[in-house]
Amino acid sequence: MNLILFTFIVLLGFTSYYFGRKKAYTIQSTKKRLTALPQFYGYYLAIWCAIPAFIIFSLWAIFEPTIVKLLILSDYSNQGYLDDELNLLYEKSKALSRGQFTGEITPFIEASAEKYLSLRSIAQSSKVVIVLSAIIASVAYAYKRISSNSRTREPVEKFLNAVLFTASLAAILTTVGIVFSLIFQTIDFFKVIPLFDFVFGTHWYPAKAFVRDSSEALDPTMYSDTFGAVPIFAGTFFIAFIAMCVAIPIGLMSGIYLAEYASTKVRQYAKPLIEILAGIPTVVYGFFAALTVGPFLKELGTSMGLEVSAESALAAGGVMGIMIIPFISSLSDDVITSVPQSLRDGSYAMGATKSETIKRVIFPAALPGIVGSILLGVSRAIGETMIVVMASGLAANLTLNPLESTSTITAQIVVILIGDQAFGDPKTQAAFALGMSLFLVTLCLNIVALRVVKKYREKYE
Amino acid sequence: MNKNKEQLLNKRYKAEQRFRLYGLSAIFMALLFLTIFIFKIFSTGYSAFQKTWLIVPVTFDAELMMLDQNPSKEDLQDADYYDIALKSMADLDLNANEDQENELKRMVSYFFEKEIKNELLNDPNLIGKTKEVYLTASDDLDQVFKGNYPRDLPEDQRRVSDYQLKIFDQLVANGKVESKFNISFFTNADSREAELAGIASSFMGSIFSILVCLMIAFPVAVLAAIYLEEFAPKNRFTDFIEVNINNLAAVPSIVFGLLGLGVLLAIFHLPRSTPLVGGITLSLMTLPTIIIAARASLKAVPPSIREAALAMGASRMQTTIHHTVPLSMPGTLSGTIIGLAQALGETAPLILIGMVAFVNTIPGSPMDPAASLPVQIYIWAESAERGFVEKVSACIMVLLGFLIIMNLFAQIIRHKFEKKWS
Repeated sequence: MNLILFTFIVLLGFTSYYFGRKKAYTIQSTKKRLTALPQFYGYYLAIWCAIPAFIIFSLWAIFEPTIVKLLILSDYSNQGYLDDELNLLYEKSKALSRGQFTGEITPFIEASAEKYLSLRSIAQSSKVVIVLSAIIASVAYAYKRISSNSRTREPVEKFLNAVLFTASLAAILTTVGIVFSLIFQTIDFFKVIPLFDFVFGTHWYPAKAFVRDSSEALDPTMYSDTFGAVPIFAGTFFIAFIAMCVAIPIGLMSGIYLAEYASTKVRQYAKPLIEILAGIPTVVYGFFAALTVGPFLKELGTSMGLEVSAESALAAGGVMGIMIIPFISSLSDDVITSVPQSLRDGSYAMGATKSETIKRVIFPAALPGIVGSILLGVSRAIGETMIVVMASGLAANLTLNPLESTSTITAQIVVILIGDQAFGDPKTQAAFALGMSLFLVTLCLNIVALRVVKKYREKYE
Repeated sequence: MNKNKEQLLNKRYKAEQRFRLYGLSAIFMALLFLTIFIFKIFSTGYSAFQKTWLIVPVTFDAELMMLDQNPSKEDLQDADYYDIALKSMADLDLNANEDQENELKRMVSYFFEKEIKNELLNDPNLIGKTKEVYLTASDDLDQVFKGNYPRDLPEDQRRVSDYQLKIFDQLVANGKVESKFNISFFTNADSREAELAGIASSFMGSIFSILVCLMIAFPVAVLAAIYLEEFAPKNRFTDFIEVNINNLAAVPSIVFGLLGLGVLLAIFHLPRSTPLVGGITLSLMTLPTIIIAARASLKAVPPSIREAALAMGASRMQTTIHHTVPLSMPGTLSGTIIGLAQALGETAPLILIGMVAFVNTIPGSPMDPAASLPVQIYIWAESAERGFVEKVSACIMVLLGFLIIMNLFAQIIRHKFEKKWS
């Protein structure tokens, strides 16, 4: 139904474009000068067709469900139902009207389901009438308005400009959406669990906080010593540290080699090959770490008499490090190449070897950029999910032994939220609180890193 | 004195060589990882493209199937195939006792009844005759035939019994076991049984998600890039938008999953586990990537083009729409494809919005529950059955294949259609 209406409106848009252009040609044929190209007259009318349709459609989408619900529930308003019961009643009758209801059908629900259907059909037909009449009225008005000396290009371009501007707000909206989706759950969480317990507690057993019966009162003491995030934060940074121990030396040295030593031919092949590592989906790394690296390390450890968990932090961190190599190597390669040649020449002229020049002149000059690239790598390591979920443990141990298993923020979010979630439950809210801390930490890292890189770029430009 | 100098020089040269070697070995190690990685995936995954069949003689006994004389098509549809299916398996060993008959039945997939039924539906003249029918082997025997199964384990530690192995070896010796290309891996939906599980449902899920993602992210990102690059005044607000975009590009993907869960599912009540929600979530993630690529390629269009258009009396909007944007399209498109390739490999946000649900039907629209290829990899990798290991690797091969094709496509667009200005 909506689709047919939509197609019809689009057709109306084309028709108004056609009429607008036709009127412009008619004006032109009377030897009067036009203020814009004929198609702008067409676009002008088409916009006058689109705007009322868009406004009415969105108003309808916002208000129709609420009004229908109010009308249906008004029948029961003085029968002493609680709000929750009324909501349930409404959902039931809605489900019945769609034929998806499976419970016991009472005449009550049946009546309201019928009423729901009739209200919906009234709403639909009145929507069609209102939209079409609004379009015809506005297009007719605009059609009468356009004449030889009316302006059409400016309004059309203003409209386009507004559309472009709205699109550019999408990035801000996304950020707002992220903060919005995280903050309310997080605040609710901290109403039950004190912030202090979350930040400094050392026990994390979300499984203990089983889904509570909604009739039961919320008892905060039930959750004491359940949501202490220290082991998780520690695990996150520990695994990120292991990853950086792999990624920094290899990434940095390959970046230096590619920028300073490699011939164009080697560079041409080696650079994209290394960058393939960045293009491999993380779930593939996770599978590799869990199936190959983990058991391999375990066997290696057993042969040396060490006890290694099959889900060791070392396996997850090591594989994560491989994943981050290309980020560091590419960025540091760029940074080193953009160090001015004059610095190199100066150093060579003093008799320094190539490696001395790199270590004493180029590296210090490129340091801010390199630090920036490393910070971006750290932010990626902290936010990485699938490798940890698949290859590292899910129980939060507070340990600094890389051969034991630890857990991370991201892994805990997945563990908590996989399957069905009950909103309003401290366990679910805990995942959002973790997400909030993850977002804040990576945000700070990114801002600092981007600023450092940008400042550095300005220095040599 | 001179000797000292020479020694020092030698030392410095040696240090130089060492340093060079470090760099070379770093690159070597990175490439070594890549090689091991690809080798490992291919060596475990290639066998999943083959499927093992047992060739079993089946007697289509009309009496056992409860069929009358001259049965119609419907009769054949409704006939009872279980007994003849069971009997043909039991007949593999005429001396089998009841337990062993049960074991014989488990040598093929639970689907075997249907395979026999299809055989008869294809050729109704088979009634009363005996024909050798291809039956899908159970996933464990499939692994035995491919040589991936640890046969030397003690019997109580493996799921294949000695008896089954004995019968299987006899069948192999008689040439009654065959390996063929595994079509069902591409046409079946997910299944709890490894021998029947396929990627069709997750593949369609991926396609739908990517299409939704493309339809939302591409127009919005291109419009936003045009505004920021061509029209936006230089002020604090535009700076703020820019900072936002750069930050969004580096926000961990799982946070977008929380956004999808907390806003799209909890507030807008969009259907859970569907490619629609997955696609919207992915589009928010891809948006900054495409905006950045589109801005870069708009920036690469030389100002002379704009000036020429403006000098001919075109308005700024006309200049942009008729000249700048078309010239920037190759760069924008290749950036879009690369962004989509990233989205195609993304797993974590999709898990949070419920696309890990077990789906054994092939979705027909973005509103049906589905998994996606990377999520399928995750689901299978978490499953304990041996048969799924090679499936995971094969699924990875398919996914990597797609990523390679997309990236190649992006390269081709860039090199073929992009104008070089200098």
